[in-house]
Amino acid sequence: MARRQEAKGWVFVGPFLTVFALTFLAPIGYAIYLSLYRDQAFFGGSVFVGLDNYAEVLRDAKFWESAGRVLAFLVVQVPVMLGLALLAALAIDSARLRGAGFFRIALFLPYAVPGVVAVLMWGFLYGDTFGLAADLNKLLGTDAVQPLSGSWMLPSIANIVTWEFVGYNMLIFYSALRTVPGELYEAAAIDGAGAIRTIRAIKLPALRGAIVIATIFSIIGSFQLFNEPNILRTLAPNVITTYYTPNMYAYNLSFAGQQFNYSATVAIVMGVFTAIIAYVVQLRGSREAL
Amino acid sequence: MKRLAMKSTHRRLVAAGAMIAAMSLVLVACGSSKDSGTGGDSKQQGSPAAVDEALKAGGTITYWSWTPSAQAQVTAFEKAYPNVKVNYVNAGTGNDHYTKLQNTIKAGSGAPDVAQVEYQALPQFALPGSLIDLRQYGFDQFQSAYTPSTWAAVHAGEGLFGLPQDSGPMALFYNKEVFDKYGLTVPKTWDEYVAAGKKLHQADPKKFITNDSGDAGFATSMIWQAGGKPFTTNGKSVTINLADDGSKKWTSEWNQLVQGGLVSSIPGWSDAWFKALGDGTIATLPTGAWMPGVMESSVKAGAGKWRVAPMPTYDGQPVTAENGGSTQAVLKQSQNPALAAAFVRWLNNGDGVKTFLASGGFPATTADLKAPEFVSKKSAYFGGQAINEVLTGAAGTVAPGWSYLPYQLYANSIFGDTVGKSYQSKSGLDDGLKAWQDALVAYGNQQGFTVNG
Repeated sequence: MARRQEAKGWVFVGPFLTVFALTFLAPIGYAIYLSLYRDQAFFGGSVFVGLDNYAEVLRDAKFWESAGRVLAFLVVQVPVMLGLALLAALAIDSARLRGAGFFRIALFLPYAVPGVVAVLMWGFLYGDTFGLAADLNKLLGTDAVQPLSGSWMLPSIANIVTWEFVGYNMLIFYSALRTVPGELYEAAAIDGAGAIRTIRAIKLPALRGAIVIATIFSIIGSFQLFNEPNILRTLAPNVITTYYTPNMYAYNLSFAGQQFNYSATVAIVMGVFTAIIAYVVQLRGSREAL
Repeated sequence: MKRLAMKSTHRRLVAAGAMIAAMSLVLVACGSSKDSGTGGDSKQQGSPAAVDEALKAGGTITYWSWTPSAQAQVTAFEKAYPNVKVNYVNAGTGNDHYTKLQNTIKAGSGAPDVAQVEYQALPQFALPGSLIDLRQYGFDQFQSAYTPSTWAAVHAGEGLFGLPQDSGPMALFYNKEVFDKYGLTVPKTWDEYVAAGKKLHQADPKKFITNDSGDAGFATSMIWQAGGKPFTTNGKSVTINLADDGSKKWTSEWNQLVQGGLVSSIPGWSDAWFKALGDGTIATLPTGAWMPGVMESSVKAGAGKWRVAPMPTYDGQPVTAENGGSTQAVLKQSQNPALAAAFVRWLNNGDGVKTFLASGGFPATTADLKAPEFVSKKSAYFGGQAINEVLTGAAGTVAPGWSYLPYQLYANSIFGDTVGKSYQSKSGLDDGLKAWQDALVAYGNQQGFTVNG
């Protein structure tokens, strides 16, 4: 009897598992398979090299440069973005803001703009020959504002990403705040808690889960950084190298260098890194929640 | 309760993280297949007669190209040969096109019969055996129809892998309005060019003699013009020397401009660039003979201001290089290579050339380059100057003996990583060229060549 039930279960789960295996496990398996070989783009065929590609990635200065860059990006940009999103969510939720609905939509709107369009638009604003940056320089009588130059580039990209995703994260926080039962606020008010006290004692604890989620998504997003630098590259080809971020490195290895095996290795190593860091944040986040 | 909820979120998060990681891997996995399909042994044998027979028999072929004249040429060809159907596909411009082409070659199926290939990319496809040697159809008899430089460009090793479509002998395009305003004379030598650059920038710090933020195609052409031959390929063995006399000659002039901040860093083909060409910010462009068409359509504000002069040289003797230009090649995967070859012959050695010329292209065929109505045609955009007198003159003075790397497309893709850094830090281009060379030697050795450098 129990066996038959088990079989029935598989019938129900089967369709999902098939699709899951095809679209999820197979690509990962194939990438791992690729990463164990070395295929010469011109002469000579495919050779099994075991873990050589992995050893090479770990010794690869370009890989570490790109990984370090997204890590720096992560450490600065994610807290700024989430901080802004949190402030906005608290402000909109506070019921003291006039036109809260308008602000909610207005903040969220950049997220609805296709990423490529957003970057093209910002690229135009950043232009120091004809763009907004040029106008600023003209106004100030300097040429100090150069968003597309070497040391400015990463902050410039961070600015675009923040602009794109503040609204999205705000919405996550805001919806978490909406689930707080009104009784809690009433109880707080009866106990004589002010606005700040309410935020610290009720709202922030209620938000903890959402903050952990948003942080993990942002970490993944940072490690996956690709669109913004890849498009800005046409405007600043010397500043943004082909290995500016790990994803760009993997992409260019594949499509410019035909180094598919090495590219797969970079992607896997980066995927593992991302998983580890996301997992650590998750562990810390949930422990504090207890 | 809370704990439970947290746990399931947690699982979902890990799953989501893995999913996103997986999606990035799919991208990688798509581009690859084990069967490379580039074995050089399965050589189809053809004959000159087979080409005409294939045209008579008719059939269907696929053609990938991004040239502006491609659609018109296909239409004209199908009209002339109603029993041949050509599926014209614009698979993207430049790298997009090559990526797709490379993928179909790797996959062993899906490649077009005929593809546009730039001269600089030809060895990359010809040497691993992805293209058909057109000598089997007797196409080597057409040699005299083309300029020596383009004829050399469609060869890789001994093989003939296409017929030249256009050419881009370099000339100096200059903004006469700016030159007149600042009392500059058209430079005959690069020394004079550098001096003009200094004078202009001193008079107006917002104006630059040209723009150059590091462009592989430009750099290689400039080295070519200076007499450099940095890349030599002999079968699987490649030698790279980006510090040869020609390369040094070029950097010794160009370093003065880059290090002196005399060239604008506006990247080519950006919106800012087109604007800067129109408003006098960029005073000259040493570039290929295909440029007039681009300027007429994209730099309307420059109408009447620009003129063309021969390239400045190192010793005052006329010499130039090619910049850009494409050929049409027949892929080894083609099921009907004779018909594909017939299409190539019609395109670049038949009536297709007329359609190409009508669309404003700059030809590679000597007869058309010499045609009086072509040479003496006055261009309104260039203030009534008969620009083709200069440009066809340039076509005759291209320095011989140049060849590109068999992996030039990859080389171009990492130019910004290496030489680009020298541009940015203004630290002298020789170091950058050295870094480029080192990266290219390492790559070539990994990919099956024996590279010295």
